[in-house]
Amino acid sequence: MSGDLWSQIFNFDNYGELLVLLQNSIIAGAVLGVVGGLIGVFVMSRDMAFAVHGISELSFAGASAGLLFGVGVVEGSIIGSLVAAALIGILGTRARDRNSIIAVLMPFGLGLGILCLSLYPGRSANKFGLLTGQIVAVDDPKLNSLIAISIVVVLGLAVAWRPLMFSSVDADVAAARGVPTRFLSLYFMLLLGLAVAVSVQIVGSLLVLSILVTPAAAALRLSSSPVLVPLLSTVFAVVSLVGGIMLALGGAIPISPYVTTISFLIYVVCRVVGGVRQRRGNTGRVGELAGARS
Amino acid sequence: MTTDNLLAGQPVLRLAGASLSFGNRTLWSGLDLTVQAGEFIAVIGANGSGKTSLLKVILGQQQLTSGTIEFLGSPVLRGNRRIGYIPQQKLADDGTPLRARDLVGLGLVGHRFGIPWPSTRRRKRVDTLLDSVGATAYADVSISHLSGGEQQRLRVGQALAGDPALLLCDEPLLSLDLNYQRAVSELIDQQRRERDLGVLFVTHDINPVLAMVDRVLYLAGGRFRIGTPDEVLRSDVLSELYGSPVDVIRSQGRVIVVGTPDGAHGHPDGVAAHHDEDHDGVTGSAGSQGLGT
Repeated sequence: MSGDLWSQIFNFDNYGELLVLLQNSIIAGAVLGVVGGLIGVFVMSRDMAFAVHGISELSFAGASAGLLFGVGVVEGSIIGSLVAAALIGILGTRARDRNSIIAVLMPFGLGLGILCLSLYPGRSANKFGLLTGQIVAVDDPKLNSLIAISIVVVLGLAVAWRPLMFSSVDADVAAARGVPTRFLSLYFMLLLGLAVAVSVQIVGSLLVLSILVTPAAAALRLSSSPVLVPLLSTVFAVVSLVGGIMLALGGAIPISPYVTTISFLIYVVCRVVGGVRQRRGNTGRVGELAGARS
Repeated sequence: MTTDNLLAGQPVLRLAGASLSFGNRTLWSGLDLTVQAGEFIAVIGANGSGKTSLLKVILGQQQLTSGTIEFLGSPVLRGNRRIGYIPQQKLADDGTPLRARDLVGLGLVGHRFGIPWPSTRRRKRVDTLLDSVGATAYADVSISHLSGGEQQRLRVGQALAGDPALLLCDEPLLSLDLNYQRAVSELIDQQRRERDLGVLFVTHDINPVLAMVDRVLYLAGGRFRIGTPDEVLRSDVLSELYGSPVDVIRSQGRVIVVGTPDGAHGHPDGVAAHHDEDHDGVTGSAGSQGLGT
């Protein structure tokens, strides 16, 4: 019985063949890791974890509608994400407004998605997959669209990196310096919408936070360097996704538990390491006395 | 590098006949204010008297209802690099991937789009700025591990990064303890002397900067008074400004204003009220208004 359970969770029979068969999924995971790791840094510094969750539920609604109406899951989830991101970006400029708007949108999106899925006559495995993730064979066109969107997101972040960071941490001063803070917050929301839409394809809408938030949160426990944090965050996200996919290959279980578990364990380790370091008073201050904070 | 020599004795900022109204509510009108290079002017007044709005006008974020405003002889533009801005301290949280040097660095390149390649020259420039605000010892510390006073020092460094001619300070001492209030205001004073900066310093409490200010702009009830502290912070002047009896008490080098009808910016115990972002909220308080602690 317990052996049976174990083989359901971990099964490495014919692993080499599976690896070849699902190499597209692994590439997709690696690309997504880069997107999630990088945008996660801004999700953290703009305090938008809840927005990620809200957008992902509307992305789910869009994907379900895409499935039902035959528009396509990818197209549907992108449209759903972008609409949600734009609504949150336009209506929720202040944190308090933003949270209530997300809380209003999220259950509506979930409900809409469930409605579309209930009406969809196809296989139920597909339905479940949108919420909790799947390694369906990622075919070449799907992989290409995923890579294209990811390039848009990564380049979009890179060219606006400094003004985005400035307006995230110090909006008033950034505005005084002529940084277009309003434009940037909408710009960021749209990039976030795209990032969520591609993540939903692989890990499912309920678990998007594990790629778009957890790796960056873990990295911030270890460092504050604006170079090291995005780097670590990206490494953590890629390890979670690729590791999760490789563990999930042979098992009978969706991919998401593997990804979320790895991502969570990385966070726990980072938290412990960061906590120990902080308790030792090691913050990088020159000539500091342990624990003294003048 | 700097054009400070050209500016010496020249007006940095000039407002003439300036008025600002929202609907039928006039914040101030007929304001003539000239800030000379190297001049330190404190702006005081109740919440909602238009102190922060004045800064927004200077930053080009708010249009005057009437009158003119010139910065270094030209109309103000949004995002002018030669105006440094130091807002009130807000404690950074753990989700901020920045160290002290990075916060200062944003003052140099934070407005620039494009891939952020590292640069040795910029690093040296940041080191110089950190040194000039006395922050070298914690240059590589995460800003979430710094005290409020340390963060404000960095804000000064960040504001100096643009080689400003004018510093706009919006309650920079709020929520700092007395030691840091003194340290940060002395730092600002020292920098304005070294760099010949004009300083407009919005504050609800004049006392930490009383010894440094050249002039005071006192806003109340849509009207204002400008002059040296001795000319403005007097019972008869403020009584006339408010249109009701007001007592100005000077005690041990501190100034306390008692009996203002708005009573809205009083923190008699030195307890700093939380100002909302527009400074329009009315902080309820007794009619005695401590411009001091």
